[in-house]
Amino acid sequence: MAWGEFKDTAAERRLFQRRAVVMLVLVLLMMIGLLARMYQLQIVEHEIYTTLSDKNRVQVQSVPPPRGLVYDRNNLLLAENRPVFSLTLVPERVAGMEATLARLSEILDIAEEDIERFKRRLREPRRPFQEIPLSYDLGEEEIARMAVHRHEFPGVEVRAELVRYYPHSELTAHALGFVGRINREELQRIDPVNYAGTNYIGKSGIERFYEQVLHGTVGYQHVETNARGRILRVLERVNPVPGEDLQLHLDLRLQRKAYQLLEGRRGAIVAIEPETGGILALASVPGFDANKFVTGISVEDYRNLSTDIDKPLFNRALRGQYPPGSTIKPMMAIAALDSGVTNRERRIWDPGYFQLREGGRRFRNWNRSGDGWVDLKYSMARSNDVYFYEVGVEMGVSVMSEYLAHFGFGEDATLDVSGALSGLLPTADWKRAARNEPWYPGDSVNMSIGQGFMLATPLQLATATTLIANRGVWVEPRLLKDIRGDRSVDEFLPSETHEPLILKNPDDWEYVVDTMEEVMHGARGTARSSGQGASYRMAGKTGTAQVFSLAEDEEYDEEQVRERLRDHALFVGFAPSDNPKIAVAVIVENGGGGSSTAAPVARALFDAWLEELPATEQSSVISQVNPEEGR
Amino acid sequence: MALGSLLNNPADHNLGRSRGFWSAIHLDPLLLLMLLLLMGGGLFVLYSGADRNIEVVKAQGIRFGVALVVMFVFAQLDPAVFRRWAPWLYAVGMVGLVAVLLVGVGAKGAQRWLAIPGLPRFQPSEIMKLVVPMMAAWYLSRHYLPPRLSRIAVGLIIVLVPMALIVQQPDLGTSLLVGMAGIFVVFFAGMSWKLISAFFALVSVSAPMMWFFVMRDYQKQRVLTLLDPQSDPLGAGWNIIQSKTAIGSGGMDGKGWLQGTQSHLEFLPESHTDFIVAVLAEEFGFIGMLLLMTLYFLIILRCLYIAVTAQDSFSRLLAGALTMTFFIYIFVNVGMVSGLLPVVGVPLPLVSYGGTSGVTLMAAFGVLMSIHTHRRMISA
Repeated sequence: MAWGEFKDTAAERRLFQRRAVVMLVLVLLMMIGLLARMYQLQIVEHEIYTTLSDKNRVQVQSVPPPRGLVYDRNNLLLAENRPVFSLTLVPERVAGMEATLARLSEILDIAEEDIERFKRRLREPRRPFQEIPLSYDLGEEEIARMAVHRHEFPGVEVRAELVRYYPHSELTAHALGFVGRINREELQRIDPVNYAGTNYIGKSGIERFYEQVLHGTVGYQHVETNARGRILRVLERVNPVPGEDLQLHLDLRLQRKAYQLLEGRRGAIVAIEPETGGILALASVPGFDANKFVTGISVEDYRNLSTDIDKPLFNRALRGQYPPGSTIKPMMAIAALDSGVTNRERRIWDPGYFQLREGGRRFRNWNRSGDGWVDLKYSMARSNDVYFYEVGVEMGVSVMSEYLAHFGFGEDATLDVSGALSGLLPTADWKRAARNEPWYPGDSVNMSIGQGFMLATPLQLATATTLIANRGVWVEPRLLKDIRGDRSVDEFLPSETHEPLILKNPDDWEYVVDTMEEVMHGARGTARSSGQGASYRMAGKTGTAQVFSLAEDEEYDEEQVRERLRDHALFVGFAPSDNPKIAVAVIVENGGGGSSTAAPVARALFDAWLEELPATEQSSVISQVNPEEGR
Repeated sequence: MALGSLLNNPADHNLGRSRGFWSAIHLDPLLLLMLLLLMGGGLFVLYSGADRNIEVVKAQGIRFGVALVVMFVFAQLDPAVFRRWAPWLYAVGMVGLVAVLLVGVGAKGAQRWLAIPGLPRFQPSEIMKLVVPMMAAWYLSRHYLPPRLSRIAVGLIIVLVPMALIVQQPDLGTSLLVGMAGIFVVFFAGMSWKLISAFFALVSVSAPMMWFFVMRDYQKQRVLTLLDPQSDPLGAGWNIIQSKTAIGSGGMDGKGWLQGTQSHLEFLPESHTDFIVAVLAEEFGFIGMLLLMTLYFLIILRCLYIAVTAQDSFSRLLAGALTMTFFIYIFVNVGMVSGLLPVVGVPLPLVSYGGTSGVTLMAAFGVLMSIHTHRRMISA
């Protein structure tokens, strides 16, 4: 054999033989060890296990933990659990699955979908003797009918189960999210032990983000059953640990007010408390009833919701990406001042339009006749476009993008808002990659007034406004205010990541706030009618965003088309301007002008938060205190 | 004595002279008989373990048929073919393992399968159970034995790299089997006892480190559950409690075929796959276990005999390692079901329901038969 170097074949064979003998002895010893273990279990401890086996009517059952509740900032319940009766089957005990299902469908009204879903669950891996729900939310009559026929159905039980309920669902569905039945995908992701006996999981929003916190830890009990599987008594029980209760920054009263203000329209409102970043109101109108989704929505209901042209399932506050229009101007003003492109004194001539070069395309001011010589303050108050065209082109896209990025545009800056989109903050690189075109100066012109490529969600606009209200100090928007119990909220909130925006001249913050006050209170401010008669000073900026096109495949009647081609009305602002308690972003889809439609909505919210709600609080405190004193 | 005839198969004496029927078709009748006995008995137990589901038994029967064909094909190949192909197979297998991590498909958070269009889905890790010992045997047998320290190191690297890749999938059971197969090659090659002791010392020192730095939570949980099954009665502890109850209640002579209450009331999970030995123990008692263990031992004995009488180092190392891998299957599975070892997904060879491992095992027996029946005429 021409194999390798010189080998002593005989010696190698002897070496292998020795090793093989060692292994054989080892195998023999280990097998004797296994047999000794068998001997121990089967002969020595036989009695113990026989007893255990005989009373293996004793079973372990999971006890699902009650899901944590969700409260608003005033401890009003937003999400609770209510008992629901559902029909469950233990497949091991059912005599003839098909026949049982057929017979059950005769007695009760069981939807075809339910049976199909049940059969799917049946094929998935599970623990022996685990109950599988067939039909949820039985009515009283159905429960009674089951009670009569109970003896015919071994292995079929009516089980009381706690199911999520949202008492103010139309108002809170978009802010809270909702739970739903665990689907196949989720089944593979979750810990099967901790979810034994739990049929629901957070699907969106807070319910999804804090799923682990809200869920709790499963408990179990040893129960003795008779031969047909009915529980005779509970032998031992380890209680489940309920999920943590959450308190949100959300104020249900302000939330309700937001929905009232947008009633009959389409739009979104986001209100943030500047000091904490807490989201006070998050409204997307129209809303929907999330309770329908909890136990499984019917196909028809779902079709109605998903094909409604007002798109009630669409969360406009987090996922609606709109051109910000003139509401971008306060941030642009900061960028222009801090980058040195302009100063407070600089004046620009507005003939009613702006041209990049002589004889070029005319970018119009909204006021076609022109405002004449304008400075920054006047341009903010009147929302003059030409001033911003000029400084926008001078800054260029990279400077604008850099500053806007500091305001949280182009990213999801939230801490615990599930599903928030990041909008679009265009850069030259982005345009080359996405459109395969260079960045033209004309793109900068459009960007300077929040048109063109730029897109932002109402939540992002509110976040950026909060940064101005805080004079550059970042507080990421968040929903969670507190965890009931003694654990700190910081354990659950993701950590903050943003650096404060420090200007070369910090006084520029005050100056820009002044210009925003001018919008509300100035003699020529675009939102002066909304600022009138207030007992506090407010800062704001109106905006109007053009609606470019409708999707071609959507068929609406002419009246609706005309209505849906109108501009979106926007407004951002905060109040009181020197000590901000609330910052808002309002968008009314196809609402026309920002000053006429969106600004009054914001004013009403300011009034509610600063005056009306504190007043009712006080009166309720008084009415609670007085009877005490009377004793 | 029976043992004598087990070792001295008449076919062995035909070397160089008139080749008998079995030699001509390259099968070892004694080993084949024992394997068929094991499979047949396995089907019986499976019928009970699968709760009298004849479909399961049929499917397993078909698998066994396929596995026997695979064994036959492997037995026809000359061991020199395996030796020549070992490096290439190893390279292909490694590419497969990397591909599984990148584009593999799977379920329950583990990626184990590779779906190449036009080919049936397969697990590269399964193939590595054969290929890794082949590669290690190829490498070490190229040089004189016992190997130098540096060659032992290379041999271990050949084993540990695929093992590490399989752990990533994650598939602890298979990576254990692949690793053991390779390490047995190194052991049989003559790694010095000093080194072996040092190796064990290293393992025992690194075990606590593994606990803190390498093991995943679910793996730790399995070890904790082994120590105290009552701590997790809804999860893995359930399996151990129930399988011990099933085994223990079997007693000396068992409850009788199809009479096991534990398995039939479905208290025992996985009663036809990894935990099937509990069904056997419950229904056939200690005597049944004794018979099973004896049969396994005789198979191992025959295989080691084949290894010892093999003609060249490559064949010896490969045969020895494959035999010991077979034993590891048995030990880990029975140890796990009887609550001696943590729960690791290793089936009971040729008894548990399931496809790929049975085919790989029979391919290994095919290799052993090939080694035994392809003999060159050498004047000793």
